[in-house]
Parts: sequence; C-alpha cells; structure tokens
Amino acid sequence: MYGKGILEGLLVTLKHFFGTFIDDIRKGRKRYMTDEGVEYRRSKDVKGIFTVQYPEERLPTPENFRFVPFLVYDEKEDGTNEIRCTSCGICAKVCPPQCIWIEQTTNPKTGRPVPEPVKFFIDIDICMNCGFCADFCPFDSIKMDHYYEMASFDRTKTNILDLTKLSKPASYHAEIHPIHFAREEEIRRVKEQKREERRLAKEQRLNKFKSE
Amino acid sequence: MNEIAVVKSELEIRFPDAVRKDDREGFQGYIVEKESLVEVATALRDDFGYDYLTSVTGVDYIEEDILEAVYHFYRSTGGKELVLHVQTPRNNPVIPSLYKIFHGVDFQEREAWDLIGIKFEGHPDLRRILLWEGFNGHPLQKDWKEAFYVEEKKPFDNRWPEGKIQQIEELNKFGKNVRYPENFHDPESWKPEHEDLLYAGLLDLAEKTGSGLETDHVVINMGPQHPSTHGVFRMAVVVDGETITALKPVMGYLHRNHEKIGERNTYIQNIPYTDRLDYISSLSNNFGYAMAVEKLLGYTNEIPERAEYLRVIMAELTRISNHLWAIGFLLNDLGAYFTPSLYAIQERELILDIFEEVTGARMMNNYHRFGGVAKDILPDAMKKIENLVLDRLPRKVDELDKYLTKSELLQSRTEGVGVLTPEDAINMCAVGPVLRASGVPYDVRRADPYSIYDRFDFDVAVRYHGDTYDRYLIRMDEIHQSLRILQQALKDIPEGPILLRNPYNIKAPKGEAYGRVEGPKGELGFYIVSDGTSNPYRYHVRSPSFINLTGLEKMCVGQKVADVVVILGSIDIILGEVDR
Repeated sequence: MYGKGILEGLLVTLKHFFGTFIDDIRKGRKRYMTDEGVEYRRSKDVKGIFTVQYPEERLPTPENFRFVPFLVYDEKEDGTNEIRCTSCGICAKVCPPQCIWIEQTTNPKTGRPVPEPVKFFIDIDICMNCGFCADFCPFDSIKMDHYYEMASFDRTKTNILDLTKLSKPASYHAEIHPIHFAREEEIRRVKEQKREERRLAKEQRLNKFKSE
Repeated sequence: MNEIAVVKSELEIRFPDAVRKDDREGFQGYIVEKESLVEVATALRDDFGYDYLTSVTGVDYIEEDILEAVYHFYRSTGGKELVLHVQTPRNNPVIPSLYKIFHGVDFQEREAWDLIGIKFEGHPDLRRILLWEGFNGHPLQKDWKEAFYVEEKKPFDNRWPEGKIQQIEELNKFGKNVRYPENFHDPESWKPEHEDLLYAGLLDLAEKTGSGLETDHVVINMGPQHPSTHGVFRMAVVVDGETITALKPVMGYLHRNHEKIGERNTYIQNIPYTDRLDYISSLSNNFGYAMAVEKLLGYTNEIPERAEYLRVIMAELTRISNHLWAIGFLLNDLGAYFTPSLYAIQERELILDIFEEVTGARMMNNYHRFGGVAKDILPDAMKKIENLVLDRLPRKVDELDKYLTKSELLQSRTEGVGVLTPEDAINMCAVGPVLRASGVPYDVRRADPYSIYDRFDFDVAVRYHGDTYDRYLIRMDEIHQSLRILQQALKDIPEGPILLRNPYNIKAPKGEAYGRVEGPKGELGFYIVSDGTSNPYRYHVRSPSFINLTGLEKMCVGQKVADVVVILGSIDIILGEVDR
C-alpha cells in the first residue's frame, strides 16, 4: 500500500511523543533537577526527552575532562606553599599554539637556574585545551582544570592568567582527579621509598667504611 | 607486493628515458620527466590498472630550487600505492595537467597551483581555489611568511626562559597584516576578475549542455551563507527554469592554511590541529595522522596490542556518530525539519559522552600519540561502550531504519537523484560512501588493510545505483558493519600497555610517508615529508570532503534546484576539512 512507509515512520514519532509522557509519569519528580535524573537521562535505557536543562542542571564532569591548565602547589605542614613547577619549560615547548610564557631566573650568587618560575602566563584566548602540557610535565605540576564557565566581557584584561590566578592547591587536584592523583601519589611514594633505601644503604656503607 | 615490483620494472622498461627510480633517502616510487607525464599516467591507467589517482599535491624544495608534484596512484581493486614525483624548476613551474585522464585532479591541481604555485598546463579552469584572487604569493612556498609571523619553527624561542607575555595583536597592529600583490593598490575599487571568470566558465558550460533552443539562463549563488551548505560554502548555479545546467562549487571561506601551520609545528603539536579538520570525526583524523608519522618513524609494527584495539574501537564509534549525523542532516536538507536529525543526534550524544570520559573532550579529542593512544579506557567507560554497542545502538539504528528507509517521501525525493556512475566515481577520485554507493566496493580497511582491520570479520558495504537514496542506505549499512567490528573488538581486547613511548619531541628520519585511513567520509590521507628535524618539512592533508566535491557538478546537472541541497547533503561534507 502506498503510504505504508510513512505511516510506519510516523508511528515511531508517536511512540517517542508518548514515551516522554509515560516516562515522566513513571519516574515522577526524580526525572528532573536531580543528579539521579541527569544520570538516567544519559543512560542506555532512557526513553523520551533527554535534554539536560543547563544551567539549572549540569552534566557531571568526568575525571579525564580537560579545560585550561592550572599549576599545582603543595601545602606544607609549616603553612607555606611550595609550587611544584621547576620552570623547565617542557610545557611551553610542547604547547601547540604556544600560549605558555615562562620566565626563569638564575641565582645571582651561583649563576644556576632557580627551580621555580618567576613569572608564568597562559593566554587562554589561544589555549586549545589539548592537555599536552599536563601530559608531558615530568613533575605533575601542571594539570587540566574542570572549571569551564569563564566567559567575560573584556578578554584583554581577564584572559591572560598569571601565576596567582593559575596556582591551585594539590588538594583541589586530588578532588577533581581522584584516580590520577592516587596513581601519581603511589609513583611518588615508591620513588621516595627507593631514594630512602638508597640513602640508608649509602649510610650503612659509610658506617662500615668508617668502622673498618 | 610482488605484483607491484613487476609493474615497476615494466614501467622502467617501457619508459627508459622518462622514468627513473627515486633514490633519495627515504623516498619511494619514481621520478617522471614532466614531458612524458601524461603518457606514463595514461599507460598506468589503461595498461597497468592504476585507475584510481587519489592524491595530488606539491612540495617546495627550496634548496634544490625545484617544485615537485607528487601523485599517489592506486588500483580500484585494492593494493598498495604507486608514487610518481614530477619535478620542475622553481622559476618556471609548469607541469602538464592530468585533467583529461583523471577528472579527480581538478580541485587538487587547483589547490596545488593556489598554495604552492605549480602551473598545470592544460587544466581548463586553473583559478585559485582556497584563497582569493588578490592574495599575494603562494603560501606553501618555503620563503612565504604569514602576517603574524614569529619564527620559522615552533617552539618559539621567546616563550622560555625569558617569557615576556605579549598578545599577538601587539606584534602587528590591525590593518597592516595584509600584503597585496604588485599593481594592486586599493582593495575598495578592485573588481574581482575571478568572479567574472567563474560566471563566464559557467555560462560556457551551460551553453554546451543546453537543448539548442535559445533560452535565458539565470545565475544563482547558493551560499556562502545558506543553511543547506552546512557551513560557509557557495555553489554558483546556472539554471534553465528550475533545471540545473551548470554548477561550480566555490570554497575557501574557512581557509586557515592548516598545512602551513602544520609545517611550523613539531610533529606532536599537529595532533590537536588535525582534530579541527573534520570536527565531526576527530578521532579518525588523529588516527590517520598518527599512522603517517608512525610510518616515517618505523613504529608501525611495534604498536601495543591494546592500543590498536582502542584505536579501532574509537574509530568505529566515530564512524557511527558521523553517519548518524550525516543521515540526520540529510533529512533536514530534505525538509524533515529536525525530528529525524534529533533522533540521530541523541545517539551521537551518548557516543560523545563516552569520548568525553575516555579522551577528555567531546569533539577535540587529541587522543592518538605516535605509538599508541594517550589514555586507557577506565572500566566505567568500558561498561558504557558495551551497553551502547551491544544493547542500545542496534535497537535505535533499527528504529531509525524503520522510521526513514521505507518512507515514500524519502524515497521519492532521493531515488534516481544525483546519480554518479561507477566509472565517473573512480575517475573523479570519489572516496568513501560516495564511491561505494556507486557500486565500487573500495574500502581502505579491506583494500589496503591498516592497523588490525584484517582481523575483523565485516563486509564492505556496497550499493549499486549511485543515487542519493543509496548514499543514504550505505551509511545505514556501514553503521551495522561498524557495530559488528565493535562487537568483535570489545570481545577480544587484551590487557596491556597502551603507549610505546612518549617523548615530547620526536625527530623523524628523512623521507616521505603517506598514511591513509578509511575515515567516515572516505579515504583520509596525510602526506608527510621529513627533512630529519622535529618539524615536518611538508605536511599535506588529502581530505575526502574536498575531493568528493569534484563529482558534485556531474551529480547536479539535469536535476532541479531543490535537489542540489539534497545531493550536497548526501556527499556529507564538513567545511573544516574542505577548506582546511
């Protein structure tokens, strides 16, 4: 019969149309404005309408999500902060749009470079959120952020992030990247342990040498 | 391989004076004297079976003072490539055009003229294609410098260790960033001659195809701002009543010279840029580029097993999401305003959720590295993929199928519209779904298997009418085949490392490499020439969307104006990739 295809197709739309209402009734209020509801609407079983009403509702940010970078500092027990960055410049070298500017300095007495950046800028107008800086940083000191609502009225004043704007504590990094943070800490712990063992072994050798 | 060796030696025997082996370090194929290029190409097509010329580009060897055109020939029955190099002096770069033998070189030769400055003698319409007529010089020549020029190569020295921040507009105040050619003073009073040429060429074509009866032709410009063109793309159309008598695509509105940027970048810095070519299917682009560089580096056989599986899983998910998008918007072009496309986009959205969880971004994935992939799939995301592939997608694709395929409206608008015959499709270097819908079962995954595609059991989807309806159906078929591959891959994926090694600065050995993958839109190739440093000397993208447009005129002539929109939708172009 001519028109059968259209009718069968329209039945699909009709199913979708009623699906939304049936799903609404079945799920009740839980379907909207709750985390559970958002999770349901992006699961494999969702029927009917699936829109997430941003900004009232938000999609959860997965751990791997990456937006502009930030610099990690450790909060020491004595209350001081120590930035992890050693201004080695790998992030600036690997950055595809070249949006990272680092000023390194040397110790005037020894003439050696100080392992800490004097200035650190990221021009987030140019940053393409590729995550290479975080990928290649050998000190886990630059990480990709989860904060993405940074619209502003004047890009010339707000969009060049300097050291103070970029620095965020390690606890924040642990909070947004729990799995990666745990892995990094484990690697660090093992490294430290090895170093400690080596130190002890060296001491023992020294003691032995002295006693002999 | 043996067969190719036979062809090669026969070629040498037959053209002893014109053809010699390319013995430069790391290069393959032959150097052909330009006088006999047409003869050799004809012999290749007619006698040796190399009837499929997929890639034409040029390289500027400034130190040797030559420009070189590079041709990649294939057989439409499958197999490895045959590469021809043709050299010409830099001060008078003329090479005979292959337009008469392979129509598919039309846009590619125009592009090579536009960007590199090789004149193709005998090309009937050698105008600039991506840049405008008032553009000064040919930007891919090595001595050409862009307006915001900082340094020859990245990384730029001023970033570290004395990084004094400056925004790029401080370097070059607005208004002084354009250079005009000589004898070109005032852009305000400038008359765009190429427009006249375009229309003259069009009317010329129209007269040839006319019925003999004296009628008036109307020139219509569809685009650049037209919702049907999926971006900024223009079709200059000559109509006789409502029937198309001639059509020429005009493009380049989104041109950013991806290739020049790529030559300034280091190898690894190019990966995120490739995301931005075909932004609907970024993971395929990453794949192709990574493969090309791996060929140069010699990593091809060392890539960890799990990484290969992850690559295939991601590439096939990308294909599904791309085809869903293409089908959805084809229906939009037909006038089914957004209901079918939203049904399709919903599934794509779930795939993008997975991409976000695995790679960190929904579209600009930046996932592949040389020798593996950047991140492993966490068990959580794996579960999601399994749910989607084994449960939801088959169900939903069938629903979409039921909704659309049998619909008489869709059939009557698309059947017999925009037919491309198999001979034309091969001659015009059509690739991907466009080629396969015309009855040529050519799929790079089968014809020249790469990665681990030879392990999977799947069919090369093929349809035989070559019309818009078949180009719609073939995408449905390919979704089913992709799901088949995914089901096998998810079952077999081993544990293990995902990355061979990951230095931030890679130096590639001297030579050339052409890596190609079957992207969702067709054969996506990356041609890379290395001079032994950490930046590619030449980086060329053979983009399927761009070259598939060659067939657009053939498909449209004789159709109605309203069908042009549908035909363009069925080719499935992404302007980020067309204009590069």
